[in-house]
Amino acid sequence: MGDLYDSQRAMRQMRKAAMQRGVVAVLDVGTSKIACLVLRFDGPERVRSVDGVGSMAGQSQFRVIGAATTRSRGVRYGEIDAMQETERAIRTAVQAAQKMANVRVDHVIACLSGARPRSYGLAGELDVSGGTVTEQDISQVMANCDVPDYGTDREVLHAQPVNFALDNRTGLADPRGQIGNKLTTDMHMLTVDAAAVQNIFYCIKRCDLELAGLASSAYVSGMSTLVEDEQELGAACVDLGGGSTGISVFMKKHMIYADSVRMGGDNVTSDISMGLQIPAATAERIKTFYGGVVATGMDDREMIEIGGDTGDWERDRRTVSRAELIGIMRPRVEEILEEVRLRLDAAGFEHLPSQQIVLTGGCSQIPGLDGLASKILGQQVRLGRPLRVQGLPQAAIGPAFSGAVGLSLFAANPQDEWWDFEIPADRYPARSLKRAVKWFKDNW
Amino acid sequence: MRSLIRRRAMADLPHDPAPTKWGYRYQRLMLTPGVRAAMRIGLPVLLVSMVAGAWFAKPENRAMLEAQIAQAVRGFQERPQFMVQSMTVTGADDAILPAVTALLPKDYPQSSFDLDLLAIRARIETLDAVRSASVRVGPGGVLQVAVTPRDPVALWRDGPVLRLIDAEGVQSGTLATRGDRPDLPLIAGDGAERHIQEALDLYARAGPLRDRVRGLVWMGERRWDIVLDRNQRILLPSDGPVAAFDRVIALDLAQDMLERDVTIVDMRNADRPTLRMNEDAAAALRRVTTPNGTGN
Repeated sequence: MGDLYDSQRAMRQMRKAAMQRGVVAVLDVGTSKIACLVLRFDGPERVRSVDGVGSMAGQSQFRVIGAATTRSRGVRYGEIDAMQETERAIRTAVQAAQKMANVRVDHVIACLSGARPRSYGLAGELDVSGGTVTEQDISQVMANCDVPDYGTDREVLHAQPVNFALDNRTGLADPRGQIGNKLTTDMHMLTVDAAAVQNIFYCIKRCDLELAGLASSAYVSGMSTLVEDEQELGAACVDLGGGSTGISVFMKKHMIYADSVRMGGDNVTSDISMGLQIPAATAERIKTFYGGVVATGMDDREMIEIGGDTGDWERDRRTVSRAELIGIMRPRVEEILEEVRLRLDAAGFEHLPSQQIVLTGGCSQIPGLDGLASKILGQQVRLGRPLRVQGLPQAAIGPAFSGAVGLSLFAANPQDEWWDFEIPADRYPARSLKRAVKWFKDNW
Repeated sequence: MRSLIRRRAMADLPHDPAPTKWGYRYQRLMLTPGVRAAMRIGLPVLLVSMVAGAWFAKPENRAMLEAQIAQAVRGFQERPQFMVQSMTVTGADDAILPAVTALLPKDYPQSSFDLDLLAIRARIETLDAVRSASVRVGPGGVLQVAVTPRDPVALWRDGPVLRLIDAEGVQSGTLATRGDRPDLPLIAGDGAERHIQEALDLYARAGPLRDRVRGLVWMGERRWDIVLDRNQRILLPSDGPVAAFDRVIALDLAQDMLERDVTIVDMRNADRPTLRMNEDAAAALRRVTTPNGTGN
C-alpha cells in the first residue's frame, strides 16, 4: 500500500502545482475513444451578479479551453493492452487539445475504466477518551482501519472516509472539535490491478506529461451525471462504455461502491459484425445509425444495406431488416444490464433509501435503452448526461463524455481522500520531532 | 491465391493521425510560453538587428547613410522659407555701426538654421558701446538686429586715457581729448567708476559753479573732492557730501568765497569747515595783520 499511498500524495502535490499554474489536462482513456480536455483555472469566480450559489453551481472556476477526442487504440476492457498504440493515441488527443487551447499542458489527470476495481468497506476505531477530536485523531482513526489483504498485485485507487461516528452519533461529516469518547469511521477503499495503473503511468510518462491524479472512471462519471439529490439520497451511475461498464453507487455524496463489468458497446458491435458477417467498422456504423433494443412492426420493413464489401458489387448487395439488427443487439445489451443488476444486488443496492439508476456513457444512446433498463434494473431509471461545464464544445457534451467531464470536476474539487489528511504520528520516521511530541503528549 | 475480399491499397488507408514523437515534442516546445515569446518577438528582432548590423558593418554604407541624412537636412534647411536674405541694424549710431556690422554674417542668402542668433547677440553685447542687443530673423528673411547703445554720463580719467562711462559704471568707449565731450563731468580716482551716481548728484548741484568745475576726484575710496579751476579744491566728507557742497555754494554766493585766494575748502569736518589760502594770500594776510609790518 505504501507505494501508491506515497505516489498518490505526490500526485496531489502535483495537482496543486498544476492548479497554481492554472492549466491542467484531463485524459479519459477509454476503450473506444480517448478524450482530452484542457482546463484553465482562473481561481474563484470573480463576477458575481447575484447572491447565492454562483453560476454553474460553483463549477465555473475552471473553463475548458481545449478539447479533443480520438479513436482509441490498444485499449481493451478499459485497460491498456498495447502500450505503443495507446501512447500514440494519447499523443494525438493531447496534441489536438493543446493546439485548440494554444497552451502547453504538463499535468494530466487521468481516469481508467477497467482494471477490475474492487470495493472494500473499512471500519476504524479510536479512543479519544473525552477529548476534542483533532486532525491528528482523524488521521489516526483512519490509520486504525483494519485493511483487508487485497493482494500484492493491486493498488488502492480511492480511499475515502465516508462516515464518522462519535460515540452514538453517526453521520458526522466533520467531527473535528467535537467531544466524545470513541471515534469510529467508515471508509470506502477501491483497489485496482497494479499492472493497469503502472501501464497508464508509463504511457503518460512516455508522452512527456506528469500524472497529477488518477481516478476511477465509474466514480467520476457518477460525479458528473448524478444530480446533487441523487448523490445525497442514494443512486447508482451505470457508465455504459465501449469496453467496460462502470458502476458506482453514491450515498450521502460519497461513493460507497464501485465495480466494472467487462462488457460494453464493443461487444455489441462485435456481435453485429459476427452475426451479419460484416467488418467491424460497418457494424459500428450500422449500430450507431440504426441500432435499438425494442423492435416494432415498422422495423421489419426498414431494410438496412450492409454492403458486403466482398468485391462482387453486382451480386453482393445484402440487406438486413432493422428488426434483425435489434434482435442481435438486444440480447447483448440485456446481458450487460443483467450483469449490472447482479453487481448492484451484490452491493446491496436495494437497501438504499432511493434507488435511482442513471445510465450514461456512449452506449446509453441506444434508442429504447431506458425502457429495457427499467425492466431489468428497476423502475427508477433515467438517462444521464454530464453536467454542462464552461467552454465545453458542443461535440463533447454527450453522455459519452461523462467520464471526461466528471474528471474535470474531480480535478476542480477533489474529495478528501485518505492521503489528503495528516500523516498519523506513528507513521513518521523514528527520529521525527513530531513523534517525540506525540510521545510526550501520550505519557503526561 | 488472391483473396476474395478487396484489400485496400496502403495509400488508401487513413493515415495514422498520431504525431511522431519528435513532432509532438516540437509542438509542445512551441507552445511553451518562453519559446513562444522568443519566436514572436525575439527572433524577428534578432533577424532585423542582424541584417541591420551586417549592413552597418560596412563603412561605405555608413558614409552613404550619413551623406543622405545630411543631404535631406540641407534640403530642408535651405528651403526658401528658411533663408535669410538681408539684415537691418537699428538703434546703432554711426560710431558703433561698423563694429556691429563686422560681427554679423557677411554672405547672404543664408539658412536661418546656420545662424546662431544667441552667439551673435552675445558677440554684439561684448562691444563696449552696446548695452544690449536683440537679434531675430524677422518676416521676409531679414536678420533684424536692434542695438541699445550705452549712454555715457561721465568721463573717467584712468591714467592717460579718458573713458566714457555710463550710469552703471561701464565704460562705453574712450576719448582722445576732454574737449570732445565738454558736457560731461570728468571724474577720477581709483574706484570712482563704482560711485558714478554720487558724482552725478554732486555735479547736478554745482549750479553757479558748474562752469568752474574741472572734475570730481574720488579720494581714498571713500569721499569726493571737487576740483575747480584756479587750482581750487573742495574736500567733501564721506557722509552727506551733497549737503556740504550746498553749504560751500551758499558761502560762495553770499561771500564770493571761491573768488578769493582760497586753495582748499575743507568740509570734511562738518563742525569746522576749514579754508586754506594760497601762499601769496597767506603772506599778504600776515603782513596786514602784523603790527610792525616786518614780522619777527
